[in-house]
Amino acid sequence: MLRTDSLDKSFTLHLRNGLRIPVLHDVNLAVHAGECVALTGPSGAGKTTLLRSLYGNYRADAGHIWLRHDGAMIDIAAAPPRTVVQVRAATLGYVSQFLRVVPRVPALDIVADAARGLAPDVARARAEELLLRLNIPRRLHALPPATFSGGEQQRINLARGFIGRHPVLLLDEPTASLDAENRDIVIAMIRAAKAEKIAIVGIFHDTTVRDAVADRTHDVTPLQDAA
Amino acid sequence: MSEDTLLSASRLTLRFGAVPALVEVDAELWPGEVLAVVGESGSGKTTLLNVLSGRLRPQSGVVWYRDPEGRLHDVHAMPLPALRALHRSDWGFVHQNPRENLRLGVTAGGNVGERLMAQGSRHYGRIREEAIGWLRQVEIDADRVDDLPRTFSGGMLQRLQIARTLVTHPRLVFMDEPTGGLDVSVQARLLDLIRSLVSRLGIAAVLVTHDLAVARLLAHRIMVMQRGRVVEAGLTDQVLDDPRHEYTQLLVSSVLQA
Ligand SMILES: Nc1ncnc2c1ncn2[C@@H]1O[C@H](COP(=O)(O)OP(=O)(O)OP(=O)(O)O)[C@@H](O)[C@H]1O
Ligand SMILES: Nc1ncnc2c1ncn2[C@@H]1O[C@H](COP(=O)(O)OP(=O)(O)OP(=O)(O)O)[C@@H](O)[C@H]1O
Ligand SMILES: [Mg+2]
Ligand SMILES: [Mg+2]
Repeated sequence: MLRTDSLDKSFTLHLRNGLRIPVLHDVNLAVHAGECVALTGPSGAGKTTLLRSLYGNYRADAGHIWLRHDGAMIDIAAAPPRTVVQVRAATLGYVSQFLRVVPRVPALDIVADAARGLAPDVARARAEELLLRLNIPRRLHALPPATFSGGEQQRINLARGFIGRHPVLLLDEPTASLDAENRDIVIAMIRAAKAEKIAIVGIFHDTTVRDAVADRTHDVTPLQDAA
Repeated sequence: MSEDTLLSASRLTLRFGAVPALVEVDAELWPGEVLAVVGESGSGKTTLLNVLSGRLRPQSGVVWYRDPEGRLHDVHAMPLPALRALHRSDWGFVHQNPRENLRLGVTAGGNVGERLMAQGSRHYGRIREEAIGWLRQVEIDADRVDDLPRTFSGGMLQRLQIARTLVTHPRLVFMDEPTGGLDVSVQARLLDLIRSLVSRLGIAAVLVTHDLAVARLLAHRIMVMQRGRVVEAGLTDQVLDDPRHEYTQLLVSSVLQA
């Protein structure tokens, strides 16, 4: 489903005299349908950088990110912006660590808007179901999440990531701000996604979660600063 | 010009004396897509919008527009009446200052209905009904329909301008700082309105803004301008989260969170 080929990524900080931070070098990662790969490595190693590169949020310097989209293999690292927009709509889902709230949009709409190929009323029903499953009480559904707690926001984010049933799902610390009960619900959701043949790449600091969902790990090793 | 671009500009250059307002600027827009143009004051954003929409002629370069029948038009070689007709029908223009676009001596309903009449609608009752419908969409009370714009607040004027612009169902809207000069809560409301209208109606837009958060919220793609040049362009979240050009990095680091 997803395969990187000699991926390199560094940051050049022009505001700090062009300081160059190499983060990823020669990363080769392959993920198959129905499989969950956990990215591991110390803080600052580049796990989030890798995940964001897979999503096309960060630009790779060299190498390829091959993804099966619409029956063909497409290179996210080289795709034009419009193609990346289409890939994200149809194939690639992402749950970031924090919800980016949109002013005035109710939680239910945020989730329903992320549904794929569903009629609006079906999407809303499905969104409601997912929110309830994640223990977001009905009274919160009509409110914009700006005032929600960290854990509530993260569960809105999860509902939004899972409603699309994208064939490939990227998860950055999806359970970081959740209590044990909600964490177990997310574990069950990830397992159900795998059973639906969804390929998952995730960062899970919580070893309970990682052991419960990951088929294998991919270690991201810190690079020496070249500066 | 690739298969289905709505608007395609290449190598636009325009200098005002020694001031390089546009230098070799390329831009493309596809149907239903929102393109943000960001950059500091004086970087050429408004000039670009004016040149793209045919309101200002570049010294060199060309702008192509594809009409609904698939025919290409060189925007700066079109006869003036044809360009005016485009501005009345397929296109819309939202000015930073709504007073530039509104007719201050005409009622709110008249401001909205006038665009329909310019398009050839003649049925008064239906025009009024549609005008009221649009006022409602932009959250202006229907009972303000017969009031003059000067009795409206800044945010209401901006919403009235948006209603006036969208009533003809344009395929392409040019917006210059549509939320500029408004207080934050009014801005949020207006942004939400623009966001939902643009996505629901499938409108393509070129949106000039100096606010990166506005660009992130509304735009699929972004162009960063500095001294008349496009220094960086791409997917909005990519450019804002992983900026490569020194100027973009400066722009991104100067705001709290975008
Ligand atoms: N947008 C960015 N601009 C500049 N440097 C960045 C950017 N994103 C990440 N980095 C740098 O890349 C390195 C890797 O960061 P990353 O966030 O990928 O680490 P991580 O493995 O996810 O760590 P953690 O476990 O703490 O989340 C760090 O040195 C970080 O400062
Ligand atoms: N008609 C004109 N005559 C002379 N100079 C002009 C004219 N229009 C624009 N300029 C100059 O061209 C440059 C670009 O102006 P423009 O209005 O496009 O900037 P902008 O990016 O929209 O800035 P702002 O964010 O302040 O609106 C500026 O230096 C401006 O002074
Ligand atoms: Mg991280
Ligand atoms: Mg301007």
